[in-house]
Parts: sequence; C-alpha cells; structure tokens
Amino acid sequence: MNLEQLSLLDQAIFVLAALALLASFSLLAQTRLTAAIHSFAWQGVMVALVTTLVALSGIHHLYVSALLTLSLKSLLIPWMLHRLVRRLDMESEAESIGHPTLLVLAGAGLVIFCYWVALPIERLDMISTRNVIAVSLAIVVLGLWMMVARRRVVTQVLGFMSMENGLFLAAVASTRGMPLVVELGVAFDVLVAAILFGVFFFHISESIETLDVDLLNRLNEREE
Amino acid sequence: MDHFLTPGDWGLALVQTLLFLAGAPLLAAWIRRVKSRLQNRRGPPLTQSYRDLRKLFAKEAMVADTASVLFRAAPYVVFGSTLVAASVVPLLAVSLPTAAVADVIVLVGFLALARFFLALAGMDVGTAFGGMGASREMLVSALAEPAMLMAVFTLAMSAHSTNLSSMVQFNLDAGLVLRPSFLFALLGLLLVAVAETGRIPIDNPATHLELTMIHEAMILEYSGRHLALMEWASQLKLMLYGVLIVNVFLPWGIATDTGMASLAQGLLALVAKLLLLGLLLAVAETVLAKMRLFRAPHYLNLAFLLTLLGLFSHVILETGA
Repeated sequence: MNLEQLSLLDQAIFVLAALALLASFSLLAQTRLTAAIHSFAWQGVMVALVTTLVALSGIHHLYVSALLTLSLKSLLIPWMLHRLVRRLDMESEAESIGHPTLLVLAGAGLVIFCYWVALPIERLDMISTRNVIAVSLAIVVLGLWMMVARRRVVTQVLGFMSMENGLFLAAVASTRGMPLVVELGVAFDVLVAAILFGVFFFHISESIETLDVDLLNRLNEREE
Repeated sequence: MDHFLTPGDWGLALVQTLLFLAGAPLLAAWIRRVKSRLQNRRGPPLTQSYRDLRKLFAKEAMVADTASVLFRAAPYVVFGSTLVAASVVPLLAVSLPTAAVADVIVLVGFLALARFFLALAGMDVGTAFGGMGASREMLVSALAEPAMLMAVFTLAMSAHSTNLSSMVQFNLDAGLVLRPSFLFALLGLLLVAVAETGRIPIDNPATHLELTMIHEAMILEYSGRHLALMEWASQLKLMLYGVLIVNVFLPWGIATDTGMASLAQGLLALVAKLLLLGLLLAVAETVLAKMRLFRAPHYLNLAFLLTLLGLFSHVILETGA
C-alpha cells in the first residue's frame, strides 16, 4: 500500500489520527489540570473529525456518532471537569511529575510496542485505513499508562476517558463504525462515568483533603 | 548524476551561494523591522544590516591579550563552514551540483563544526561570560541536534534519499499528499530552527543582559571584522534554516530547470515564502516571552517528541504491508 494511491480523504484521516496521538502525548506530559483538560477536548475534536470524514464516504449513521462525540467528549465532559476543578479550587495547581522526559519516552516505547502488536492485523486485506488500528491501540495504552503513572485523580480520569477515545477511533477507522445502538450505549456510559467520577472527586477530597491518590495507600491518618 | 560536471550548473550553484550571502542580512533586517512595527516602533530601515556589516568591517579588530590563535581563526571557520552548509541547500533551482556532493547529514555536520568552533572561541579568552555562553550553547545544541536528525530521517525515509535535491524533487513530484509525518517533522524542525538560530523563546538576539544571553555571550569579546563575520554567519544560519524549511516542505515554485524564466519564478516564490516565514517568526517573537534556561530542555524535548512522532507516523501510517 502506498500513501499516494489513497484518496485525499483517507490521507486526512491519517493526519487527524496522528494528531489524536499527539493529543495523547500532550495529556501525558501536561502538568496543569486546565491545560490537560484542553488537550483531552482537542483529542475529542480529532476523533469527531475522523468520524465525520468516514461518514462522508457514505456511512450516514456516523454523522450522529460524530455529533455525539463532539458534543460529549469535546464540550460537555471537558466543561464538567472544568467546573469540578474550579469548585475544588485546583485551577492553578500543577502536579509534579517525577521524570517528565522518562514518562514521555516510555510512552514512545509503548507506541512501538502497539505497532508491533498491530502488525498482523495490518497485513490482513481490509479497508485502506486499517493502519489507524495501531495508532488507536497506542492511544488506549497511553491512557492506561497515564492512569498508572500520574498521581492525581483528575488526570487519571482523563487517561481513562482518552482510552475510550482510542477505542472509538479504532472502531470508526478500521471497521467503519459500530452499530448506532452500541455507540449510543458507550457514549452514555462514558457520560455516566464522568458524573460518577465527579461525585467521587468530592468524596476523596473531603476525606483526605487532597486529590493525590498516593495518599490512599497509607492506612493511618497521622503524618509520618 | 549527469549534471554533476556541467560548468553552467556550477555557475548556478555559485550564484545561489552569493544570493545566500546577500540575502541573509536582508532577512534578518526584515524580521527586525516587522517586529518593531508590531511593537509600535518605527524600526531601522531594511538596509541597516548591511550598514552595520560595512561599519564593522571598516573598524579595527581588537583582540584580548589572553587570546590564542584559535580566537582569531574561529570567525573564519564559523563563517566558512556556515557558508559551505548554505551552498548545499537548494535555493532557486532543484538540481544543484553541490547537493550531489553533500547530503543533509553533511549539512548538519557543517553546522556542528561551526558551533564547535564558536563554543571554543567563547571559552578561549577566559572571561566568565564566554564560558557561560559556550556551556549554554552546548546544552541547547546537544538537545536540538537529535531532534533535527530525527526530522531529517523522517524526510529521508519518505523520499528514499538523504540528498536535499532529491527530497525537494520528491515533494514536487508527489503533488498534494497529506502526510502526518511531514506535519510533525515541520513542527519539530520549526522548534529546532528557533532554538538553533538563537531566537526567542530560547535566546534573545537583541539583548546584552548577562543572565539571559547565549549567542551574544560567546561573541562578546569580538570586534571589528571578526564580529562582522560572526554576525553574518548567524544571519546566514537563520536564512539557511528558513530556506530549508520552506523549500523542503513547501517546494512549489522552485525552478526545476535552469532556464531564465523558471529561475526568476523560483526567486519570486522564494522571496514570498521567506517574507511570510519572517512575518510568522516576528509575530511569534512578539507574543512569546523568553523562557528560563532550565525550561529550554522541556522545549527541545517537545521538538524531539514531535519529530519522533513524525517517524512513528511514517512507519505506522504511511507504509503498509
């Protein structure tokens, strides 16, 4: 397969998928909460644009999913998270990352791993944009890596949400989308999860007065 | 290559190198002028850079007592290797005999040679500023060079060649192809170019404030024609990066043959592209503030990450089974 032989539409899908991957990296390295939420919103925009482009090639129910993605993942959920951050008074707080360069380089290593895992799939003779599978797998794994490596609850939730972005991207770009019912179900699952997470933020910050989940590892409340 | 030995092509290469020499101060002056306008100042006229150079060449070159031979030789080495590096970059026409002799890795090598001597000259006199500037320059360049090479590899993998002429020709032939790898390489290379040419947010070319300067600290001891050569070399480097970026990523308009009409068209396209790039740089320098030195590694890590993602997206997305 050669890039020049693909249509401009498919090439645009590749560019947008790569930008979604970049958004994942920017999420991973971002220390400020508001900036991280913005990165997440941009990733939602990229995924929505990919969905629109796939819908343009004749699969009309994907317009609905694109609209749903745009409104939920790049507007509603970021807005809810922003409100939460403002209420918890953490707007200007920066989370300290131990080794930011190592974090990002490990992320790059994970991308290579995902490429290696997805290689057999790419050899199958499916649709032309099947190469996106490796990228979306990388977005999923980077989300997981973010949940492992970051300490604050809000950034971990962002990692979780971006994992869902990756799954959705894989579904859209490699199989031309799931049935609408499934997509609606997943979208509302994510919304409900976001609301529940919001409630949990309050409980955690009330009981241990911080959102640093590493403190949950300790059994007693005394400072040591 | 068949055009390797024709005298006409060598003549053209010479003309392009001379154009580089003549155009570099103008580009620097253009950026300064746009920047002044954006800051509501009138700014110096576009000929100011030439006047500065003429004045410096006419002045006596003072050399410190503690300076060694290296201090005197460094301006010529820096200027010479930057000029040779510039002669490798296709300016007006694609087919260059110099590009057949040296590829883009040699170009990076020439720039590294210039930087090495610049840093040595900075340390030679033994003042605190020179050594400080040299160590900072080495910090920046050690981080910028991997990113630069990664961008070069990304381009080379797409074009199947490390030769600059072939890369430009490849992009011309391919027409409009949206490549995620080129997008990332372009962004990464822009960041690297800003860092390497000592512009805001890494270094400020207009300041002599002790705590912030990098490039100026190294050439602080120079005067007269030595200083003129150093200044000219840094202007050449700025133009080199500018031409490299516009001609490799946006090659449209560059002359593919050596006819007069297409060369004129190539010149026109190049001037337009460089003016736009200068405008962009001036706007970026106006809205950004200079970073702390210890933030510079973060900035260059971002450049490295971008070029690395360019390489990944080339391998993952653009080549299939």
